[in-house]
Amino acid sequence: MRRFTFEEAGDGFIPPSTADFDLPPVFGNSEFTTKPILLVFLSVILISVFFVLASRKALVVPNKLQFAGESIYAFVRNGIGQEIIGQEFMRFVPYLFTLFTFILTNNIFGIVPILQFPTMSHVGFAYVLAVFTFIVFHWVGIKKQGLGKYLKAIAFMPGVPKPVYLLLTPIEIATFFLVRPLTLSLRLFANMFAGHLLLLVFIMGGDHMLQGVIGLKLIAPFAFAFGIGMTFFEFLVQCLQAYIFTLLTALYIAGALADEH
Amino acid sequence: MSFRTSASEAAANPLIPHTAELIVGFIAFTLLFLVLRSKVVPMFEKAFTARTEAIQGGMDKAEKAQRAAEIALEKYTAQLSEARGEAQEIREEARVQGAAIINDLRTKAQDEAERITAAATASIEAERQKAITSLRNEVGSLATDLASKIVGEALDDQVRQSRIVDRFLDDLEKSN
Repeated sequence: MRRFTFEEAGDGFIPPSTADFDLPPVFGNSEFTTKPILLVFLSVILISVFFVLASRKALVVPNKLQFAGESIYAFVRNGIGQEIIGQEFMRFVPYLFTLFTFILTNNIFGIVPILQFPTMSHVGFAYVLAVFTFIVFHWVGIKKQGLGKYLKAIAFMPGVPKPVYLLLTPIEIATFFLVRPLTLSLRLFANMFAGHLLLLVFIMGGDHMLQGVIGLKLIAPFAFAFGIGMTFFEFLVQCLQAYIFTLLTALYIAGALADEH
Repeated sequence: MSFRTSASEAAANPLIPHTAELIVGFIAFTLLFLVLRSKVVPMFEKAFTARTEAIQGGMDKAEKAQRAAEIALEKYTAQLSEARGEAQEIREEARVQGAAIINDLRTKAQDEAERITAAATASIEAERQKAITSLRNEVGSLATDLASKIVGEALDDQVRQSRIVDRFLDDLEKSN
Protein backbone atom coordinates (compact mmCIF):
# COMPACT_ATOMS: atom_id res chain seq x y z
CA MET A 1 0.00 0.00 0.00
CA ARG A 2 2.87 2.26 0.86
CA ARG A 3 4.33 1.84 -2.60
CA PHE A 4 1.12 2.70 -4.25
CA THR A 5 1.20 6.09 -2.65
CA PHE A 6 4.82 6.52 -3.70
CA GLU A 7 4.06 5.93 -7.29
CA GLU A 8 0.99 8.09 -7.19
CA ALA A 9 2.88 10.80 -5.45
CA GLY A 10 5.29 11.26 -8.33
CA ASP A 11 8.34 9.77 -10.01
CA GLY A 12 10.24 8.84 -6.87
CA PHE A 13 12.43 5.71 -7.19
CA ILE A 14 10.82 2.61 -5.86
CA PRO A 15 13.62 0.38 -4.65
CA PRO A 16 13.24 -3.29 -5.58
CA SER A 17 11.92 -5.33 -2.72
CA THR A 18 10.74 -8.80 -1.82
CA ALA A 19 7.59 -8.01 -3.78
CA ASP A 20 9.65 -8.25 -6.96
CA PHE A 21 10.03 -11.96 -6.34
CA ASP A 22 6.30 -12.60 -6.30
CA LEU A 23 5.63 -13.04 -9.96
CA PRO A 24 2.12 -13.54 -11.28
CA PRO A 25 1.25 -16.66 -13.29
CA VAL A 26 2.73 -16.53 -16.77
CA PHE A 27 -0.55 -17.86 -18.15
CA GLY A 28 -3.82 -18.93 -16.66
CA ASN A 29 -4.54 -18.20 -13.09
CA SER A 30 -2.89 -21.10 -11.33
CA GLU A 31 -0.19 -21.24 -8.72
CA PHE A 32 1.47 -23.83 -10.95
CA THR A 33 2.16 -21.60 -13.92
CA THR A 34 4.37 -19.00 -12.31
CA LYS A 35 7.76 -18.20 -13.73
CA PRO A 36 9.86 -20.08 -11.13
CA ILE A 37 7.79 -23.21 -11.52
CA LEU A 38 8.08 -23.14 -15.30
CA LEU A 39 11.81 -22.50 -14.92
CA VAL A 40 12.17 -25.56 -12.72
CA PHE A 41 10.49 -27.71 -15.35
CA LEU A 42 12.63 -26.10 -18.03
CA SER A 43 15.76 -26.94 -16.03
CA VAL A 44 14.70 -30.57 -15.73
CA ILE A 45 14.19 -30.77 -19.48
CA LEU A 46 17.42 -28.98 -20.33
CA ILE A 47 19.56 -31.05 -17.98
CA SER A 48 17.98 -34.32 -19.03
CA VAL A 49 18.29 -33.62 -22.74
CA PHE A 50 21.86 -32.36 -22.48
CA PHE A 51 23.18 -35.22 -20.40
CA VAL A 52 21.25 -37.95 -22.17
CA LEU A 53 22.61 -36.72 -25.50
CA ALA A 54 26.11 -36.34 -24.08
CA SER A 55 26.22 -39.79 -22.51
CA ARG A 56 24.20 -41.72 -25.08
CA LYS A 57 27.16 -43.03 -27.08
CA ALA A 58 29.51 -43.66 -24.15
CA LEU A 59 32.53 -43.39 -26.43
CA VAL A 60 35.98 -44.36 -25.26
CA VAL A 61 37.34 -41.32 -27.07
CA PRO A 62 34.67 -38.72 -26.31
CA ASN A 63 33.35 -36.17 -28.78
CA LYS A 64 32.96 -32.55 -27.73
CA LEU A 65 29.45 -32.97 -26.32
CA GLN A 66 30.33 -36.06 -24.35
CA PHE A 67 33.48 -34.42 -23.10
CA ALA A 68 31.52 -31.44 -21.80
CA GLY A 69 28.98 -33.66 -20.04
CA GLU A 70 31.66 -35.96 -18.73
CA SER A 71 33.67 -33.09 -17.31
CA ILE A 72 30.74 -31.96 -15.17
CA TYR A 73 29.91 -35.53 -14.20
CA ALA A 74 33.53 -36.32 -13.34
CA PHE A 75 33.78 -33.12 -11.33
CA VAL A 76 30.92 -34.23 -9.09
CA ARG A 77 31.83 -37.92 -9.13
CA ASN A 78 35.53 -37.57 -8.35
CA GLY A 79 35.89 -34.05 -7.00
CA ILE A 80 33.01 -34.27 -4.55
CA GLY A 81 31.84 -37.89 -4.27
CA GLN A 82 35.08 -39.82 -4.22
CA GLU A 83 37.06 -37.10 -2.51
CA ILE A 84 34.66 -36.62 0.40
CA ILE A 85 32.78 -39.88 0.84
CA GLY A 86 35.52 -42.32 -0.21
CA GLN A 87 35.04 -46.03 -0.71
CA GLU A 88 31.22 -46.18 -0.84
CA PHE A 89 30.83 -43.01 -2.90
CA MET A 90 29.42 -44.61 -6.05
CA ARG A 91 26.02 -45.19 -4.41
CA PHE A 92 25.60 -41.46 -3.89
CA VAL A 93 26.93 -40.18 -7.18
CA PRO A 94 23.50 -40.09 -8.90
CA TYR A 95 22.06 -38.02 -6.06
CA LEU A 96 25.00 -35.65 -5.83
CA PHE A 97 25.11 -35.29 -9.60
CA THR A 98 21.40 -34.47 -9.76
CA LEU A 99 21.73 -32.03 -6.91
CA PHE A 100 24.65 -30.19 -8.49
CA THR A 101 23.25 -29.92 -12.00
CA PHE A 102 19.78 -29.01 -10.75
CA ILE A 103 20.97 -26.21 -8.47
CA LEU A 104 23.57 -24.96 -10.95
CA THR A 105 21.13 -24.73 -13.83
CA ASN A 106 18.42 -23.06 -11.79
CA ASN A 107 20.94 -20.61 -10.34
CA ILE A 108 22.34 -19.70 -13.72
CA PHE A 109 18.82 -18.96 -14.92
CA GLY A 110 19.31 -15.81 -12.87
CA ILE A 111 21.64 -14.30 -15.45
CA VAL A 112 20.38 -15.96 -18.64
CA PRO A 113 18.74 -13.28 -20.78
CA ILE A 114 14.94 -13.44 -20.95
CA LEU A 115 14.74 -16.04 -18.16
CA GLN A 116 16.68 -13.86 -15.72
CA PHE A 117 15.32 -15.32 -12.56
CA PRO A 118 17.17 -17.59 -10.14
CA THR A 119 14.65 -20.25 -9.23
CA MET A 120 16.31 -20.88 -5.90
CA SER A 121 15.45 -17.36 -4.77
CA HIS A 122 12.09 -18.92 -4.00
CA VAL A 123 12.71 -20.62 -0.73
CA GLY A 124 10.36 -23.53 -1.39
CA PHE A 125 12.75 -25.20 -3.84
CA ALA A 126 15.67 -24.78 -1.48
CA TYR A 127 13.61 -26.33 1.31
CA VAL A 128 12.78 -29.33 -0.85
CA LEU A 129 16.45 -29.93 -1.64
CA ALA A 130 17.47 -29.54 1.99
CA VAL A 131 14.79 -32.03 3.02
CA PHE A 132 16.08 -34.52 0.44
CA THR A 133 19.59 -34.19 1.78
CA PHE A 134 18.29 -34.37 5.35
CA ILE A 135 16.50 -37.64 4.62
CA VAL A 136 19.41 -39.08 2.66
CA PHE A 137 22.12 -38.53 5.22
CA HIS A 138 20.02 -39.60 8.19
CA TRP A 139 18.80 -42.65 6.30
CA VAL A 140 22.37 -43.59 5.43
CA GLY A 141 23.45 -43.22 9.04
CA ILE A 142 20.54 -45.25 10.42
CA LYS A 143 21.04 -47.97 7.85
CA LYS A 144 24.74 -48.17 8.48
CA GLN A 145 24.79 -48.05 12.27
CA GLY A 146 21.25 -48.87 13.33
CA LEU A 147 18.79 -46.31 14.68
CA GLY A 148 19.80 -46.50 18.34
CA LYS A 149 23.51 -46.43 17.75
CA TYR A 150 23.21 -43.63 15.22
CA LEU A 151 21.15 -41.42 17.52
CA LYS A 152 23.45 -42.18 20.41
CA ALA A 153 26.48 -41.23 18.34
CA ILE A 154 24.83 -37.91 17.55
CA ALA A 155 23.59 -37.11 21.05
CA PHE A 156 26.57 -38.42 22.97
CA MET A 157 29.71 -37.81 21.04
CA PRO A 158 32.25 -40.40 22.21
CA GLY A 159 35.44 -39.34 23.94
CA VAL A 160 33.96 -36.38 25.82
CA PRO A 161 33.86 -35.99 29.61
CA LYS A 162 30.35 -36.66 30.97
CA PRO A 163 29.46 -33.18 32.30
CA VAL A 164 30.16 -31.68 28.89
CA TYR A 165 27.16 -33.59 27.51
CA LEU A 166 24.92 -31.12 29.34
CA LEU A 167 26.10 -28.54 26.89
CA LEU A 168 27.06 -30.65 23.92
CA THR A 169 24.03 -32.88 23.53
CA PRO A 170 21.47 -30.13 22.83
CA ILE A 171 23.91 -28.47 20.46
CA GLU A 172 24.61 -31.69 18.59
CA ILE A 173 20.93 -32.58 18.31
CA ALA A 174 20.09 -29.10 17.10
CA THR A 175 22.98 -29.26 14.62
CA PHE A 176 21.92 -32.53 13.09
CA PHE A 177 18.18 -32.02 12.97
CA LEU A 178 17.69 -28.30 12.64
CA VAL A 179 20.79 -26.31 11.82
CA ARG A 180 22.02 -28.47 8.97
CA PRO A 181 18.88 -28.50 6.83
CA LEU A 182 18.10 -24.88 7.67
CA THR A 183 21.53 -23.51 6.86
CA LEU A 184 21.68 -25.63 3.74
CA SER A 185 18.44 -24.27 2.34
CA LEU A 186 18.73 -20.71 3.64
CA ARG A 187 22.31 -20.29 2.43
CA LEU A 188 21.26 -21.19 -1.08
CA PHE A 189 18.04 -19.22 -0.99
CA ALA A 190 19.56 -16.10 0.56
CA ASN A 191 22.47 -15.98 -1.85
CA MET A 192 20.21 -16.22 -4.86
CA PHE A 193 17.69 -13.84 -3.38
CA ALA A 194 20.25 -11.22 -2.46
CA GLY A 195 22.10 -11.59 -5.74
CA HIS A 196 18.97 -11.06 -7.76
CA LEU A 197 17.98 -8.11 -5.61
CA LEU A 198 21.40 -6.57 -6.13
CA LEU A 199 21.12 -6.86 -9.89
CA LEU A 200 17.65 -5.36 -9.76
CA VAL A 201 18.95 -2.39 -7.81
CA PHE A 202 21.60 -1.56 -10.36
CA ILE A 203 19.61 -2.23 -13.48
CA MET A 204 16.37 -0.64 -12.33
CA GLY A 205 18.24 2.18 -10.67
CA GLY A 206 20.09 2.88 -13.89
CA ASP A 207 16.83 2.77 -15.75
CA HIS A 208 15.30 5.22 -13.34
CA MET A 209 18.25 7.60 -13.63
CA LEU A 210 17.95 7.55 -17.41
CA GLN A 211 14.50 9.03 -17.03
CA GLY A 212 15.70 11.68 -14.62
CA VAL A 213 17.44 15.01 -15.10
CA ILE A 214 20.53 15.34 -17.29
CA GLY A 215 22.96 14.87 -14.38
CA LEU A 216 21.39 11.58 -13.47
CA LYS A 217 21.36 10.51 -17.12
CA LEU A 218 25.15 10.84 -17.14
CA ILE A 219 25.52 8.61 -14.11
CA ALA A 220 23.18 5.95 -15.43
CA PRO A 221 25.84 4.19 -17.59
CA PHE A 222 27.92 3.61 -14.47
CA ALA A 223 24.98 1.93 -12.80
CA PHE A 224 24.54 -0.32 -15.82
CA ALA A 225 28.26 -1.05 -15.98
CA PHE A 226 28.21 -1.98 -12.34
CA GLY A 227 25.14 -4.13 -12.97
CA ILE A 228 27.06 -6.00 -15.67
CA GLY A 229 30.03 -6.43 -13.38
CA MET A 230 27.74 -7.76 -10.69
CA THR A 231 26.31 -10.18 -13.23
CA PHE A 232 29.72 -11.80 -13.60
CA PHE A 233 30.08 -11.84 -9.87
CA GLU A 234 26.65 -13.45 -9.64
CA PHE A 235 27.75 -16.17 -12.03
CA LEU A 236 30.57 -16.99 -9.64
CA VAL A 237 28.21 -17.04 -6.67
CA GLN A 238 25.72 -19.23 -8.53
CA CYS A 239 28.33 -21.84 -9.34
CA LEU A 240 29.79 -21.63 -5.86
CA GLN A 241 26.43 -22.13 -4.17
CA ALA A 242 25.66 -25.20 -6.28
CA TYR A 243 29.09 -26.56 -5.35
CA ILE A 244 28.71 -25.78 -1.65
CA PHE A 245 25.30 -27.39 -1.38
CA THR A 246 26.56 -30.56 -3.04
CA LEU A 247 29.79 -30.56 -1.07
CA LEU A 248 28.00 -30.19 2.26
CA THR A 249 25.58 -32.96 1.32
CA ALA A 250 28.56 -35.21 0.59
CA LEU A 251 30.16 -34.21 3.89
CA TYR A 252 26.99 -35.02 5.83
CA ILE A 253 26.74 -38.40 4.10
CA ALA A 254 30.40 -39.10 4.81
CA GLY A 255 29.82 -38.17 8.46
CA ALA A 256 26.86 -40.50 8.72
CA LEU A 257 28.86 -43.31 7.14
CA ALA A 258 31.76 -42.88 9.50
CA ASP A 259 31.39 -44.81 12.74
CA GLU A 260 32.34 -41.81 14.81
CA HIS A 261 31.58 -38.40 13.50
CA MET B 1 5.48 -1.47 -13.02
CA SER B 2 1.86 -2.43 -12.85
CA PHE B 3 2.47 -6.12 -12.21
CA ARG B 4 4.74 -5.28 -9.36
CA THR B 5 2.02 -3.45 -7.56
CA SER B 6 -0.45 -6.21 -8.19
CA ALA B 7 2.02 -8.76 -7.00
CA SER B 8 2.79 -6.78 -3.92
CA GLU B 9 -0.64 -7.59 -2.64
CA ALA B 10 0.53 -11.12 -2.21
CA ALA B 11 3.95 -10.05 -0.96
CA ALA B 12 4.63 -12.13 2.07
CA ASN B 13 7.53 -13.28 4.14
CA PRO B 14 10.02 -14.68 1.59
CA LEU B 15 10.89 -17.45 4.02
CA ILE B 16 7.40 -18.93 3.78
CA PRO B 17 7.37 -21.35 0.85
CA HIS B 18 4.57 -21.62 -1.67
CA THR B 19 2.83 -24.98 -1.52
CA ALA B 20 2.91 -25.27 -5.30
CA GLU B 21 6.64 -24.75 -5.34
CA LEU B 22 7.21 -27.43 -2.72
CA ILE B 23 5.19 -29.91 -4.79
CA VAL B 24 6.80 -28.94 -8.07
CA GLY B 25 10.26 -28.89 -6.56
CA PHE B 26 9.75 -32.37 -5.20
CA ILE B 27 8.39 -33.76 -8.45
CA ALA B 28 10.91 -32.01 -10.68
CA PHE B 29 13.90 -33.04 -8.62
CA THR B 30 12.71 -36.64 -8.33
CA LEU B 31 12.12 -36.76 -12.06
CA LEU B 32 15.54 -35.40 -12.84
CA PHE B 33 17.12 -37.80 -10.36
CA LEU B 34 15.43 -40.79 -12.00
CA VAL B 35 16.47 -39.71 -15.48
CA LEU B 36 20.07 -39.04 -14.55
CA ARG B 37 20.37 -42.20 -12.49
CA SER B 38 18.93 -44.53 -15.10
CA LYS B 39 20.13 -42.94 -18.33
CA VAL B 40 23.17 -40.80 -17.71
CA VAL B 41 25.22 -42.16 -14.81
CA PRO B 42 25.42 -45.74 -16.14
CA MET B 43 26.47 -44.51 -19.58
CA PHE B 44 29.19 -42.25 -18.22
CA GLU B 45 30.37 -45.05 -15.95
CA LYS B 46 30.42 -47.37 -18.95
CA ALA B 47 32.56 -44.90 -20.89
CA PHE B 48 34.90 -44.50 -17.90
CA THR B 49 35.24 -48.26 -17.48
CA ALA B 50 35.86 -48.76 -21.19
CA ARG B 51 38.48 -46.02 -21.13
CA THR B 52 40.21 -47.47 -18.10
CA GLU B 53 40.18 -50.87 -19.73
CA ALA B 54 41.57 -49.49 -22.97
CA ILE B 55 44.41 -47.80 -21.15
CA GLN B 56 44.97 -50.83 -18.97
CA GLY B 57 44.92 -53.07 -22.05
CA GLY B 58 47.53 -50.93 -23.78
CA MET B 59 49.68 -51.01 -20.72
CA ASP B 60 49.27 -54.76 -20.39
CA LYS B 61 50.25 -55.20 -24.00
CA ALA B 62 53.35 -53.08 -23.57
CA GLU B 63 54.23 -54.97 -20.43
CA LYS B 64 53.79 -58.26 -22.22
CA ALA B 65 56.01 -57.09 -25.08
CA GLN B 66 58.62 -55.97 -22.62
CA ARG B 67 58.49 -59.29 -20.83
CA ALA B 68 58.87 -61.12 -24.17
CA ALA B 69 61.84 -58.95 -25.05
CA GLU B 70 63.39 -59.63 -21.67
CA ILE B 71 62.93 -63.35 -22.10
CA ALA B 72 64.47 -63.21 -25.58
CA LEU B 73 67.41 -61.22 -24.24
CA GLU B 74 67.88 -63.71 -21.46
CA LYS B 75 67.78 -66.54 -23.96
CA TYR B 76 70.33 -64.88 -26.21
CA THR B 77 72.58 -64.15 -23.29
CA ALA B 78 72.32 -67.73 -22.15
CA GLN B 79 73.05 -68.97 -25.65
CA LEU B 80 75.99 -66.64 -25.96
CA SER B 81 77.52 -67.73 -22.69
CA GLU B 82 76.87 -71.33 -23.64
CA ALA B 83 78.62 -70.80 -26.94
CA ARG B 84 81.46 -69.13 -25.15
CA GLY B 85 81.73 -72.04 -22.79
CA GLU B 86 81.67 -74.43 -25.68
CA ALA B 87 84.40 -72.53 -27.48
CA GLN B 88 86.47 -72.55 -24.33
CA GLU B 89 85.94 -76.27 -24.03
CA ILE B 90 86.91 -76.84 -27.63
CA ARG B 91 90.01 -74.75 -27.20
CA GLU B 92 90.92 -76.63 -24.07
CA GLU B 93 90.41 -79.92 -25.80
CA ALA B 94 92.52 -78.79 -28.75
CA ARG B 95 95.27 -77.75 -26.38
CA VAL B 96 95.14 -81.07 -24.60
CA GLN B 97 95.05 -82.91 -27.87
CA GLY B 98 97.95 -80.85 -29.23
CA ALA B 99 99.95 -81.59 -26.13
CA ALA B 100 99.14 -85.28 -26.46
CA ILE B 101 100.15 -85.27 -30.10
CA ILE B 102 103.42 -83.54 -29.32
CA ASN B 103 104.06 -85.96 -26.49
CA ASP B 104 103.26 -88.87 -28.71
CA LEU B 105 105.54 -87.63 -31.41
CA ARG B 106 108.27 -86.99 -28.94
CA THR B 107 107.98 -90.53 -27.60
CA LYS B 108 107.96 -91.90 -31.07
CA ALA B 109 111.01 -89.91 -32.05
CA GLN B 110 112.79 -91.02 -28.92
CA ASP B 111 111.90 -94.63 -29.64
CA GLU B 112 113.12 -94.25 -33.16
CA ALA B 113 116.29 -92.67 -31.93
CA GLU B 114 116.78 -95.45 -29.46
CA ARG B 115 116.07 -98.01 -32.11
CA ILE B 116 118.53 -96.40 -34.48
CA THR B 117 121.06 -96.14 -31.74
CA ALA B 118 120.51 -99.78 -30.84
CA ALA B 119 120.81 -100.86 -34.46
CA ALA B 120 123.97 -98.82 -34.85
CA THR B 121 125.40 -100.25 -31.67
CA ALA B 122 124.51 -103.75 -32.80
CA SER B 123 126.05 -103.21 -36.20
CA ILE B 124 129.13 -101.67 -34.65
CA GLU B 125 129.38 -104.60 -32.31
CA ALA B 126 129.06 -107.01 -35.22
CA GLU B 127 131.69 -105.10 -37.16
CA ARG B 128 133.89 -105.16 -34.16
CA GLN B 129 133.31 -108.85 -33.64
CA LYS B 130 134.01 -109.41 -37.26
CA ALA B 131 137.12 -107.31 -37.08
CA ILE B 132 138.22 -109.10 -33.98
CA THR B 133 137.72 -112.46 -35.59
CA SER B 134 139.49 -111.45 -38.73
CA LEU B 135 142.19 -109.78 -36.74
CA ARG B 136 142.56 -112.79 -34.62
CA ASN B 137 142.91 -114.98 -37.66
CA GLU B 138 145.23 -112.62 -39.32
CA VAL B 139 147.29 -111.99 -36.23
CA GLY B 140 147.29 -115.73 -35.57
CA SER B 141 148.55 -116.58 -38.99
CA LEU B 142 150.98 -113.75 -38.91
CA ALA B 143 152.25 -114.76 -35.54
CA THR B 144 152.40 -118.36 -36.61
CA ASP B 145 154.23 -117.42 -39.71
CA LEU B 146 156.55 -115.33 -37.64
CA ALA B 147 156.96 -118.03 -35.02
CA SER B 148 157.49 -120.74 -37.57
CA LYS B 149 160.00 -118.53 -39.22
CA ILE B 150 161.65 -118.11 -35.84
CA VAL B 151 161.21 -121.59 -34.57
CA GLY B 152 161.47 -122.99 -38.01
CA GLU B 153 159.23 -125.90 -37.78
CA ALA B 154 157.33 -128.31 -35.53
CA LEU B 155 154.58 -126.00 -35.20
CA ASP B 156 152.68 -127.02 -38.22
CA ASP B 157 150.54 -129.19 -36.15
CA GLN B 158 147.12 -127.52 -36.28
CA VAL B 159 146.04 -128.19 -32.71
CA ARG B 160 149.15 -127.04 -31.08
CA GLN B 161 149.35 -124.10 -33.35
CA SER B 162 145.91 -122.91 -32.43
CA ARG B 163 146.55 -123.45 -28.71
CA ILE B 164 149.67 -121.43 -28.89
CA VAL B 165 147.89 -118.69 -30.74
CA ASP B 166 145.07 -118.60 -28.23
CA ARG B 167 147.39 -118.41 -25.33
CA PHE B 168 149.26 -115.69 -27.04
CA LEU B 169 146.11 -113.72 -27.64
CA ASP B 170 144.89 -114.24 -24.12
CA ASP B 171 148.14 -112.92 -22.87
CA LEU B 172 147.84 -110.12 -25.23
CA GLU B 173 144.34 -109.26 -23.99
CA LYS B 174 145.39 -109.55 -20.38
CA SER B 175 148.26 -107.26 -20.87
CA ASN B 176 145.93 -104.93 -22.45
